Amino acid sequence: MIRFQKVFKAYGKSLALKDVTLHVHKGEFVFLTGHSGAGKSTILRMVYVDQLPTSGEVRISGYRTDTLSNRDIAKLRRRLGIVFQDFRLLADRTTEENVAFALEVTGCRRSVIGPKVSRVLTQVGLVQKAQQYPNELSGGEQQRVAIARALVNDPFVILADEPTGNLDERATRGIFQLLKDINANGTAVVMATHDLDLVRQTHYRSVELQDGVVVFDSAIDEHIVEESAI
Amino acid sequence: MTLSVREALLTFRRWPALSLLSITTIAFALFVVGMFALVALNLRNTLRSIEERVEIVMYLTRGTPVEVATVAIEDIEGFPEVGSVRYVTEGEALLRANEEMVEFQGIFGELETNPLPASFEIQLLPGFRNTESAQMVSERLRGFAFAEDIRYGQDWVEKLDDLRGVAGLVGLLIGGAFAIASLIIIGTTIRMSVMQRAREISIMRLVGATDGFIRRPFLLEGCLKGALGGVAAVGLNFAAFYAIDRVLFDVAFFTLPQAALIVGFGVGLGLLASATSVGRHLRQV
Repeated sequence: MIRFQKVFKAYGKSLALKDVTLHVHKGEFVFLTGHSGAGKSTILRMVYVDQLPTSGEVRISGYRTDTLSNRDIAKLRRRLGIVFQDFRLLADRTTEENVAFALEVTGCRRSVIGPKVSRVLTQVGLVQKAQQYPNELSGGEQQRVAIARALVNDPFVILADEPTGNLDERATRGIFQLLKDINANGTAVVMATHDLDLVRQTHYRSVELQDGVVVFDSAIDEHIVEESAI
Repeated sequence: MTLSVREALLTFRRWPALSLLSITTIAFALFVVGMFALVALNLRNTLRSIEERVEIVMYLTRGTPVEVATVAIEDIEGFPEVGSVRYVTEGEALLRANEEMVEFQGIFGELETNPLPASFEIQLLPGFRNTESAQMVSERLRGFAFAEDIRYGQDWVEKLDDLRGVAGLVGLLIGGAFAIASLIIIGTTIRMSVMQRAREISIMRLVGATDGFIRRPFLLEGCLKGALGGVAAVGLNFAAFYAIDRVLFDVAFFTLPQAALIVGFGVGLGLLASATSVGRHLRQV
């Protein structure tokens, strides 16, 4: 579904990714861990085609990202749900309008938008706050709005870049539970995080990056460990 | 489409000060262009009224029989450039000189013989009131045996032609310069609006909006600002026209299609400026 093959990414003279090979399967939950600047966000940005590899190949649903036209990139992004640490909501729009916005830009009919927005707001537990503006919501609630916006187009994967980075512990647990529920319904989740406690709580796959290099991938390394134990 | 219209209209509600600034700037830029157009329009009208007076006078040899002159008039009226021919007899010429040159009235009265020749006053058709046509008709008139002298005020007809040429060129240059200045001003105000909405644009892109879709509200906004600025400019031009017409001298104002052209010019400028600004922003991000 998402495949990185020997990907290098250079910003000027510094290398953000070095020889990254990674495969995310359909419906999988994958943590990307590592220090700041390790390359987690660069990987996510390459998936939503905000960045292209300097060398190597990135394929999303079979499409090579470096050959996509602008229109195709827009179409691909409609099938991805993107969530950021800073929420990226429009301050002058209500919860409902922020979510509807993602459908409106795709040319969706108004008769379809209303029911879809209601459904995702129910899913993230924000129906009561539909008419409130972002500054009237807590951090956790704002992130739920962002997740609702990411979900409303029925994406095949949610890309979450430090989604709990700005949240307290309680809100973090709530958002993580929400992402787990979304994954349980069949949507893949790729989540970049610093929070190793979250990673340890589950048996989801984790990929650790260090200075742009994948130094640990639980899907491969644990398999090797298991084989060597046998 | 409805979203684009809503977004374009929302801009005015979200950033009223910036929108007002944009429209005011466009209005003043177009006002200057409009004032120049008014000057050009009135200059053209004046030149036209002067052109109306371009006529050829052919003096006849003394003693040319009236019958010969009458036949010649029919011939001359057949020229494609000629509108009308008026035969001024020697007597009429003297009468007219008496009326028009009051200071020589005594001298004319003492003359035993009339020194003034008969003449044809030839009016050219509109479109032929220029040096070239006047010259061509004069050449043909010289073919008449009784043509004593032919005058059409070559000098001032040529000067009139030159003046019209210069007025056209100056109009084109100044109008062009103001159009470019308007374009830059509108482009800058739209660019400010684009920068204000940079965050929104980046979110639109992330959720899968195409560049065309992102561009549309800005283009509509540019058109709308251009149109409102154009209407305000025509209003200001009318105020200026009204003041000049009442206080100084009679001037003409734009016809409805001409006023619509100014508004249309504003719309075109707004569209072009916003297309350039938003296009540049989308290429950069």
